[in-house]
Amino acid sequence: MMALEFLRRGKIVRMESFAPDTMLLDYLRLTEKSRGTKEGCNEGDCGACTVVLGEVQNGAMNYQAVNACILLLGQIHGKEIITVEDLAEGEKLHPVQQAMVDLHASQCGFCTPGFVMSLFALGHGKKSVTRADVTTAIAGNLCRCTGYKPIIDAGVKACQNLRDRFAGDAEQSIALLNGISSETMLVGDEQNFFVAPSSAESLAERAAQHPQARVVSGATDVGLWITKQFKAQKQIIFTGRARGFAEIAWHEAALHIGAGATYTAAQDGLTKLAPDIGAVMHRLGCVQVRNSGTIGGNIANGSPIGDMPPMLIALGSILVLRNGETERKMPLESFFIDYGKQDRKSGELVWRIEVPLLKQNQVFKAYKITKRFDQDISAVLGAFLFTMDKDRIADVRIAYGGMAATPKRATKTETILRGKTLQEAMSITLNDYAPIADMRASAEYRREIAAALLKKAVMELQGAQNTRVLA
Amino acid sequence: MKPLAHVGKALAHDSAALHVSGAAVYIDDIAEIEGTLHVAPGFAKEGAKGKILSINLAAAQAAEGVVAVLTAQDIPGKNDCSPVAGDDPIFANGKIEFHGQVIFAVVAKTRDAARRAARLAVIEIEKQKPDVTVADALASNGDLLPPYAFTSKGVVAALKNSTHRHAGQLKIGGQEQFYLEGQVAYAIPQEKGGMFVHSSTQHPTEIQHCVAAMLGIDDAQVICQCRRMGGAFGGKESQAAQWAAIAALAAHITGHPVKCRLDRDDDMMLTGKRHDFEATYEVGLDKSLRIAAVDVLLAARCGYSADLSAAICDRTMFHADNAYFYPQYKIATRRLKTNTISNTAFRGFGGPQGMVFAEAMMESIAIQHGCDALELRKKNLYTKQRNTTPYGQKIDEHLVGKIMATLEKTSSYQKRRKDNAKFNAKSSILKKGLALTPVKFGISFTNTMMNQAGALVHVYGDGSVHLNHGGTEMGQGLYQKVAQVVAEVFGIGVDKITITATRTDKVPNTSPTAASSGSDLNGMAARNAAMAIKARMAEVAGRQHGVHPSKVTFWDGQVSAKTKSSSFAALATACKGARVSLSATGYYSTPAIHWDRATGRGHPFFYFAYGASCSEVLVDTLTGEMKVSRVDILHDVGHSLNPAIDIGQIEGGFVQGMGWVTTEELVFDAEGRLRTHAPSTYKIPCASDVPEDFRVALYESKGNKADTIYRSKAVGEPPLMLPISVWCAVMNAIASLKPGTVPKLDAPATPEAIMRAVKSLGVK
Ligand code: FES
Ligand code: FES
Repeated sequence: MMALEFLRRGKIVRMESFAPDTMLLDYLRLTEKSRGTKEGCNEGDCGACTVVLGEVQNGAMNYQAVNACILLLGQIHGKEIITVEDLAEGEKLHPVQQAMVDLHASQCGFCTPGFVMSLFALGHGKKSVTRADVTTAIAGNLCRCTGYKPIIDAGVKACQNLRDRFAGDAEQSIALLNGISSETMLVGDEQNFFVAPSSAESLAERAAQHPQARVVSGATDVGLWITKQFKAQKQIIFTGRARGFAEIAWHEAALHIGAGATYTAAQDGLTKLAPDIGAVMHRLGCVQVRNSGTIGGNIANGSPIGDMPPMLIALGSILVLRNGETERKMPLESFFIDYGKQDRKSGELVWRIEVPLLKQNQVFKAYKITKRFDQDISAVLGAFLFTMDKDRIADVRIAYGGMAATPKRATKTETILRGKTLQEAMSITLNDYAPIADMRASAEYRREIAAALLKKAVMELQGAQNTRVLA
Repeated sequence: MKPLAHVGKALAHDSAALHVSGAAVYIDDIAEIEGTLHVAPGFAKEGAKGKILSINLAAAQAAEGVVAVLTAQDIPGKNDCSPVAGDDPIFANGKIEFHGQVIFAVVAKTRDAARRAARLAVIEIEKQKPDVTVADALASNGDLLPPYAFTSKGVVAALKNSTHRHAGQLKIGGQEQFYLEGQVAYAIPQEKGGMFVHSSTQHPTEIQHCVAAMLGIDDAQVICQCRRMGGAFGGKESQAAQWAAIAALAAHITGHPVKCRLDRDDDMMLTGKRHDFEATYEVGLDKSLRIAAVDVLLAARCGYSADLSAAICDRTMFHADNAYFYPQYKIATRRLKTNTISNTAFRGFGGPQGMVFAEAMMESIAIQHGCDALELRKKNLYTKQRNTTPYGQKIDEHLVGKIMATLEKTSSYQKRRKDNAKFNAKSSILKKGLALTPVKFGISFTNTMMNQAGALVHVYGDGSVHLNHGGTEMGQGLYQKVAQVVAEVFGIGVDKITITATRTDKVPNTSPTAASSGSDLNGMAARNAAMAIKARMAEVAGRQHGVHPSKVTFWDGQVSAKTKSSSFAALATACKGARVSLSATGYYSTPAIHWDRATGRGHPFFYFAYGASCSEVLVDTLTGEMKVSRVDILHDVGHSLNPAIDIGQIEGGFVQGMGWVTTEELVFDAEGRLRTHAPSTYKIPCASDVPEDFRVALYESKGNKADTIYRSKAVGEPPLMLPISVWCAVMNAIASLKPGTVPKLDAPATPEAIMRAVKSLGVK
């Protein structure tokens, strides 16, 4: 298929050409001239640009909030795009909008469209919502005026059994979206293209064919290269339409997560595997980012401060790469060679991650240290897998993020800890890292915090209560 | 007296329905005029201080879509966008004084093209070592403005003779405004060389003046308009001017309309913030722990130019007492020059820094003496006898003690202190802290001249009303409040009043909307305008019905005299028929204020706004993580003009101030580059940081003692200082680790700062 197609205000929009690195927000504000959606930061950190993408899932419409500023236009292929202007019916405000007015939830109003859309998606995703659901849903939306209280109250009020015209229109939307071909979408020519392969196999093929092209999943990172660093992306292979690339499957000894699985998609499974992963993921980015960003992307970009790699490394995960039709497996930690350098060959894709299930005698702990709890990049992330033999540490895997140029294991400390009792472990100091100072933390604080987290993990194993401010 | 029909009602913000439906138009949303171009500022990638050796703009010039590249040489008039001192060049000329100082700008067909091209310039700077921190500036003795102090005669002796003495130091961080709508201006050339500028500004008159001086034309040839801002908080008081000037220059040179909208990162690097300070103090106490004397030096990082720093640092001094009586005092300030962006206004305007010092001092004394901090605070409040401030103004309204006493009860302060002590005794990692702190904030511009405002009101023949005034709308609900005032005067519904954009050709010579004074000043001015029209209308009605005009009442859309009445609209039609003007300007200047800076004496504030808050925190002493678990606020707004809007200001101000004292940290590197120039690294509070248990109440006021608009009180800035209780609660929690020792905690209390404070106690 040679055109981008999406559903917009009840009609299919078809575009046979567009610059591959066009951002959705620019499309809305500059091309379509829908200016209700705002730009607050152009880097996915304020939520002013929040829009909702609708998609057919198991025969029903599913709505997700995303940040339009760091989403490529091509990523909305086959989806419905809903913006703040679309909610009211003539003079009649949408229930979310009405609640916002009634509870005085806007002051300057610039953040407001983004909040409305986040709450709209929440209301459509859940029948009954709690205050915690609301604060989670809007964690990625910054408001500098209101102090959030009236917005939270409006969310709690409006999102209970939300009923709006979108429910009534769903049938028609589904029919229209189903009418969009699920074949590979390709717009452009040899030099400039945006391609969305329809299956994992064809994705692998394309990647092998065009090793110079940029493989994009959520664009939560690549989006910033475009908006902030002006790095033009002329050839984009988008993974989001590839059937089978985002699969999540329980196997006997491991949870297999396709590289294309978004954080949102993987969150339930990983939380089940170990609750602490879920707790960290809950604070990783925000709903908008978790709806777009993928587990594979977080690994592939090799960032030393990504939250998933240290946790997955501590769990002993296996990374599967794929080049054309050939698969290659390695322990995840071996993938990270040095800052900005990963063991990925030209044309090779991060394909799947296999996370071993915890054994009876294993305990997993993870802690994310940030200035702000929600949507903040970790100063330090510590992850620990203890294999216990009663009160003795039979084995331990420790990995930290933010402590070195790559996510890295604390192998020295692991060796020392093996065979120690928990009591003995209390006096063991971490000695594996020489962290750097930056705007998130000084080197000294990083060192101290890393040591403190190990201590805290051991104390928790000993049964200490009241150990976390976010209980 | 009849009850009020419109004033005091919790009506929605006038634009609320527009906000939620995406229909409120901000400057970047205005449909562009055909031919509109875009301009982006450019600066040297490296260097914070030094001579500009060379500027090579060839690559920028040649880039796709570029129409023009502008430098200082292109400015026909004055190359300055400063509010006071004439020291802020629009384009740096010859040298730069901070990293990111704008040297040129690129005009292009699209914003993207302009931004890309601006990166292509090659600029060479003869780099010198910059002064970045307060310590750097102190070391190089870099006073930007002369030091200034309030000093009483007996301070030295009183300190020496006091029973207890206590010394301390405190670093007070700055703060980025982080208005959600970044700086933006859209300039449209007019006939005969004039210029129309849409600017997101708190101060349209200054934009008008700056653009006129820059182009070398009369003020009257420039119109500045602002319908609404997407937040401002002081950041658009003086610092909106540069972007308006650059847009206007580009429009002047190209003959096209030109828009200048800063990218978020540029906005954070290129515009000023709240001043950071270092406070060094000594306090003497008598044996009952009443303060005998305070000697404090507050050293401010002003940045490279004066901007509003003089007035800001003055206000720091005005609030270094917070609500406490200092019998003897030396309150000194240094206003230091650093090679960083020029710091500017931010909600509270220097007041918060003075106040956080006072409260940190109180908390420290309490810890050192092992007494309850609230008792200590209460003991030191101003009273009827002990009522003179260090600047000579007498306190004549003693509300804060009552507010604190009420809050102490409603927040169960005493019980919770006991509960926390029990909890802390058992819990080794997590510690709870609780603090109750007051706020006393002076209302008025301390520059007396600025306390004036104008309004323009028209009544049309159909009885509808057009309202305009010099105040700007940045989300604070000013337009709505003033509309309620005018509705009250005319006795008509607020829906009959059309609020129009603030424009310099409707109301001239305005002051910035700042110093919390928006509704005090503009409400009065609009009321005066409406009263003038109403008097004329009453006269016509009186003639019609044969009664004295004073017997005519305006109520509920009706105008009545004796038993007769007609609709307001019918009377408006009749006035038009009777050839009576239905248009009036209104003017107001605040009475009774004066200030003599030379002697440091006077009555700079018309009145004070009061409040108090009680905050509880939970601190992880192993990692420094901290969560605010409950907040109670009681705040005085006099007779509220609109309680919904006032509560919104209190909650919003509290959370913003909470960010300032907790998570918001500005980090500059040694080269003077701001490292926290985006929301990814600069963390303002988000929804989950707001405690679920957040109780906000308005103090049951008998009305402002001062004769303000319907006896209301200003509410914009004061609540920002309420969350100082959060910071004090953190101190309280950390101090539980080693009673009697004062932890060395700086502001903001980030996890790292908390860890440093824990370590400073030398336990574990
Ligand atoms: S504009 Fe801030 S997240 Fe998109
Ligand atoms: S209402 Fe102004 S930022 Fe939210």
